[in-house]
Amino acid sequence: MLKQVEGSRAVAEVVALCRPEVVCAYPITPQTHIVEGLGELVKAGHVENCDYINVESEFAALSVAIGASAAGARAYTATSSQGLLFMAEAVFNAAGMGLPIVMTLGNRAIGAPINIWNDHSDAMSMRDAGWIQLFAENNQEAADLHIQAFRIAEELSCPVMVCVDGFILTHAVEEVDVPTQEQVDAFVPPFEPVQVLDIKAPVSIGTLVGPDAFTEVRYLDHKKQLRAYDVINNVSRAFKKAFGREAGGMIRTYHVDDAKTIIVAMGSVIGTLKDMVDEKREQGQKIGLVSICSFRPFPSKEIQEVLQKAKHIIVLEKSLASGQGGVMSAHVKLSIDKKIPVTTLIAGLGGRPIPKKSLSDFVESMEKGTHGELHFLDLDHAVVERELAAFEQEKGRGR
Amino acid sequence: MMKNTSFNPKGNRTIGNRLQEACECTVQSSKDRCNSLTSGHRACQGCGEALGARWVVDAAMKAAKGKLLVVNATGCLEVFSTPYPETAWQVPWVHSLFGNAPAVATGVAAAMRVKGKGDVRVLAQGGDGSTTDIGFGCLSGMFERNDDVLYVCYDNQAYMNTGVQRSSATPPTASTATTPSMGHEPGNVFGTGKNLPLLAMAHQIPYVATASLSDTRDLEAKVERAMSFSGARYLHVLVPCPLGWGYVPNDTIRLSRLAVQCGLFPLFEAEDGEVTSATKICEPCPVEDYLKPQKRFANLFKGDKKSDKRLAQMQAIADANIRRFDLLGDEENCK
Repeated sequence: MLKQVEGSRAVAEVVALCRPEVVCAYPITPQTHIVEGLGELVKAGHVENCDYINVESEFAALSVAIGASAAGARAYTATSSQGLLFMAEAVFNAAGMGLPIVMTLGNRAIGAPINIWNDHSDAMSMRDAGWIQLFAENNQEAADLHIQAFRIAEELSCPVMVCVDGFILTHAVEEVDVPTQEQVDAFVPPFEPVQVLDIKAPVSIGTLVGPDAFTEVRYLDHKKQLRAYDVINNVSRAFKKAFGREAGGMIRTYHVDDAKTIIVAMGSVIGTLKDMVDEKREQGQKIGLVSICSFRPFPSKEIQEVLQKAKHIIVLEKSLASGQGGVMSAHVKLSIDKKIPVTTLIAGLGGRPIPKKSLSDFVESMEKGTHGELHFLDLDHAVVERELAAFEQEKGRGR
Repeated sequence: MMKNTSFNPKGNRTIGNRLQEACECTVQSSKDRCNSLTSGHRACQGCGEALGARWVVDAAMKAAKGKLLVVNATGCLEVFSTPYPETAWQVPWVHSLFGNAPAVATGVAAAMRVKGKGDVRVLAQGGDGSTTDIGFGCLSGMFERNDDVLYVCYDNQAYMNTGVQRSSATPPTASTATTPSMGHEPGNVFGTGKNLPLLAMAHQIPYVATASLSDTRDLEAKVERAMSFSGARYLHVLVPCPLGWGYVPNDTIRLSRLAVQCGLFPLFEAEDGEVTSATKICEPCPVEDYLKPQKRFANLFKGDKKSDKRLAQMQAIADANIRRFDLLGDEENCK
């Protein structure tokens, strides 16, 4: 049913339709509206056989989900930013134990300085934790990815993080087609765990593994991520067949076939980029766009294929490896022919808006060859110079 | 706790099972005990925690009629029982992290509830480090929500798995790797530490108890009693550690008994935040009897003024416990 709803509400309603059995709730901006919505839906009796648990921290939220999942229940939680870092130990643990937990990450910057607005530093901090990480382009996809996430997670026995840009998506009211219970039931079969705590067949889960077998365990995790390519693509195709719209998969492309310049990005900025590409195309520029939906596993093969004919690549990303550059750029560079120049465009940190004009100006100036490998969009150089000078003057004053 | 039977003149109820009716025998003495933590694990000789865990989980299994799931925190018990590909557990068992066993147990219990298997009970267990320090936030949350979990702390009073470092359950003056026996105040300092049973009581949970390996009937009875409640329950078991405390392994039970008899480890039960019973001390002894056999307290026995004063401070702690829980037995309850 088409609804005019807040992104968080759409996610909450769709998660409820996926019949979670244990939902762990702990508030953190900008994710909070999702667990609030689920709390209301559970209490109103719209989710059968569901335990909604108010926990005392994000670390507990994911730990409760770990226990529930190990005992055979479909478990869900949501977090953002500092919350993800606070549960970091459990994030790795859930993946190591192969528990198909689904978690929404309302993407937000990491402090200090404390900042509640959107960027992708939180997701990037957990990129090697062994989870599948899917990024939503808009609220429709945010909703749809959750339906796919439960199926992907349970098929692989691997946790899935659905990344939804904080505020830009979580708090935006848009039209979203929320499917019916029958549609979701037909797409997401009941959870059948691989290994479960069962009084009839006692097993020990989460045992100590020493040097003799640890490499093999990690290699199997690696194989699981490799297997996820097929599962993510298959589930996305099946979703299109069942629901009649595109969502998920590894990547999506926009006007790449004849493009000389190709921009790579992920998340909600794709909408702005599409508009900019349209404008540039009208002016006769051969520019295209690649939207990464699955950051883990990273779509190296797809990226390599799509970018091989490009003359120049711009990777727009909302996170920064300080002193190094872009996180996603490093992944892209590893995937492509070394001769194609790649420019990293750091944008949208801590909720800084990414205006179409700034992007357009950047692309224009870049084509004139005025940028190096790393560029910060709309950086206020005067502020930076002032602070650098002040630092030199004030060094040692705090003693 | 035990019904008012006098098992032997010393009142410590260590009577042999052969003199009892079948229904009075311990779970451990029964051929039908589930042997939840079976032989072949890698605990040290004389390990109090291994002994405590076997008695506790077997008793809980009996009380739950075999329908029990166990959650374990990281620590000695987890490490010595499950070196892959071996496991010593014959019950369904899960380990996740050091600090999250209570939360994992909450999740397991929730799963059982939504699956319509409310008769399957959950026991979570860990050492004093995971219970009083790193997992305390999760434990407090589990208590506060009154989740249907029995949490058992096997307290050996330091981080033994990592090589004997101080925890918030380490007693004053005890020497550990991080509170060495040197300087102005050798060993752990006075005026620090947490009393977890009292903190558990402050959460108003249905049942809290302390138990000792020296009185295994009482230990089993407390597990059984704990399992008769639903909601959050807490059992705190003192488990001596030969390595960490510095004593010969065959003294584990003797030290467990002396800890109780000197008053440093009071045995009591509480329901809904109120103390309902305390085990009387029938043969009181000075703290010296308990502390002297342990190398970690060697700094108390230098025979100088300073160490004498510190020993007196330890005695004062025991005396305060005896007063607080009214532990001194009279003829009536010690015959």
